Amino acid sequence: MNPLLLWFHKLGSPPYFYRFAGRWLPWLYALALISGCAGFYGALFTAPADYQQGDSFRILYVHVPCAWMSLFAYLFMAANGFVALVWRIKLSETLAMASAPIGAAFTFITLVTGSLWGKPTWGTWWTWDARLTSELVLLFLYFGVIGLYHAIEDRRQAARAAAFLALVGIVNLPIVHYSVIWWNTLHQAQTVSLLGPSKIAPSMLWPLLTLAFATHVYFFASLLARTRVALLELESGKDWVRALLPSPETGHG
Amino acid sequence: MPHSETESLPLLQAQSLCFARNDEAIFGPLDFELRPGDVVLIEGDNGSGKTTLLKVLSGLLEPSSGNVLLHGVPLTLAKLSHQVALLGHLPGLKLELSALENLRFATGMGGIRPGITPRLALASVGLEGYGDVPLRTLSAGQRKRVALARLLLVPAALWLLDEPYANLDREGIELVNRLLDNHAHRGGAALITSHGAYAFTSGMPRRIALRPAA
Amino acid sequence: MKSGTTTSACLALLRRDLLLLWRRRGDALNPMLFAVIVVALFPFALGPETAVLARIAAGTIFVAVLLAMLLSLDALFRSDLEDGSLEQLVLSPHPLSLLLGCKVFVHWLTTALPLILIAPLLAQLLSLPPNMLPVLLVALALATPLLSLIGAVCVALTVGMRRSGMLLTLLVLPLIVPALIFGAGACNAAQDGLAYSAPLLWLAAWLVLSLVLAPLAAAAALKISLT
Repeated sequence: MNPLLLWFHKLGSPPYFYRFAGRWLPWLYALALISGCAGFYGALFTAPADYQQGDSFRILYVHVPCAWMSLFAYLFMAANGFVALVWRIKLSETLAMASAPIGAAFTFITLVTGSLWGKPTWGTWWTWDARLTSELVLLFLYFGVIGLYHAIEDRRQAARAAAFLALVGIVNLPIVHYSVIWWNTLHQAQTVSLLGPSKIAPSMLWPLLTLAFATHVYFFASLLARTRVALLELESGKDWVRALLPSPETGHG
Repeated sequence: MPHSETESLPLLQAQSLCFARNDEAIFGPLDFELRPGDVVLIEGDNGSGKTTLLKVLSGLLEPSSGNVLLHGVPLTLAKLSHQVALLGHLPGLKLELSALENLRFATGMGGIRPGITPRLALASVGLEGYGDVPLRTLSAGQRKRVALARLLLVPAALWLLDEPYANLDREGIELVNRLLDNHAHRGGAALITSHGAYAFTSGMPRRIALRPAA
Repeated sequence: MKSGTTTSACLALLRRDLLLLWRRRGDALNPMLFAVIVVALFPFALGPETAVLARIAAGTIFVAVLLAMLLSLDALFRSDLEDGSLEQLVLSPHPLSLLLGCKVFVHWLTTALPLILIAPLLAQLLSLPPNMLPVLLVALALATPLLSLIGAVCVALTVGMRRSGMLLTLLVLPLIVPALIFGAGACNAAQDGLAYSAPLLWLAAWLVLSLVLAPLAAAAALKISLT
């Protein structure tokens, strides 16, 4: 077998993944922290204020990476859900379900930062802007997946049902998005958008890309940590989990 | 008729069949086969996986390992050929409908054996004259008999009966045994579960004991 | 030996479900009653001015119809699960997706069709301009089957649960947002004198897609929930 395929095969085994994730976790967290700090330094100090929006535009450096991540996490969840349903790989079920709360958190941050930015710009906390509305629907989709996962007793069946819902959602997501855009143009005049079509100066762009990188790394770090815990819970009766516990001899004295 | 050809193959074959829920073994590995004319009793205590075994054999659940073959064909393909009839804990009957309406629905879904009608089937389970009243007004034992009448109607060679003796009086138990005998003589086979609380009048030829997997 | 064909199986299922509904025909009135009550609440909340009511009429009727259907969706597979018929349905040699399609059709026929039939009454209550009524009816006729179909997928996922009502709402509503937008949007556009055929065509396209995919998805979802 080709070595990459073999590695993937090995990665699918929970004990191997547990050790693999444990090895990578500190490095990923460190990388996310460093790139995040660098990005925020650039965003808050080196990037010039926007000539139209002033300093309030700086919230874009949180809003936009989180919005990207909210979609990325959903795609990641659906892709893993697909693998879980077709090839019945337990690790994919766990990965899909572990990414749902992280994605929901990113979506929530996107909505909150969008509304914080909206107050000085539009003069209101909430406006039915097409992007924000789509994000709101996305948040409901995440809640549906998480809710379904927790409503079913059997963990593996719950993961498979929720993964299926995520797939149904992804078929629907483009329709939701375009319907919202159509609806928005019907009802509202064009408003100032957070990420306008105007060109961004390089001094404004690099912090954005750095922060996007940092959120991606953070996503994977958090995903690995959650998956590790979920695997311990799922496999609690297995030998490899027992072997992780302090040896029972010391407990018995 | 390619009858002699199918005769040589067992009707149902279980090959090192295992089932596990959340990595916890429910039963297995099991190896057995049913030939036309066989009636086999599955014995085991509550929770030993009798119902689960029937669900796996009917294709409702997928085994975690091993194979189920019908006439030598893997179950997923054989499912398309009307060969298995399952009578579960729940009879699958609508209480708002009459016995005849329920049976007509069953034949519409699963087809019908030649030479029998819903009314005849009802008569042979001792429910003559009860065909047109809503099932709601019948007793639990009578409803069970309606479910048995469904087995007589649909052209399935293999019967999987989960606790067929439950809710039945002595006469009903004899009825089940008579139906099983007739079915076996026609070249059918049946697998039935029981937790062993009943004394059977006709001797069951074979038994499979299910022990809870350690 | 006569094995049933898939057509006869679908017909048998349709006949049985319609017969069952006829036996419990009192229940079929509930969605209609619910929609009338919801619509009647709006004038109390907003005041009786005709202009205000006419402005929100189409949207309100749409929301009321969707909620009324959502209420009845919960029962789509419930009684079949409780008496074991669902197990027999899954075990039947016919394609499960087709059988589920029949059940969804019966659901639409018995909850959505009565709602569409009383839509003129609801429109009158909210003083919708009479020339808008055809657009509303067409939009409802396209949007309600979508809800039945997409709802069936979600019900199939929650089928084993004892209390699935709130969860079902959470699952269905985000997926059904486009039907609301396009359906009510078409009515609003017509009221404003704008072109309204595009959203209706979108709705029709989405309906065709769902007619093909949703029964397959519902069958797959049901198999996940029953194992």
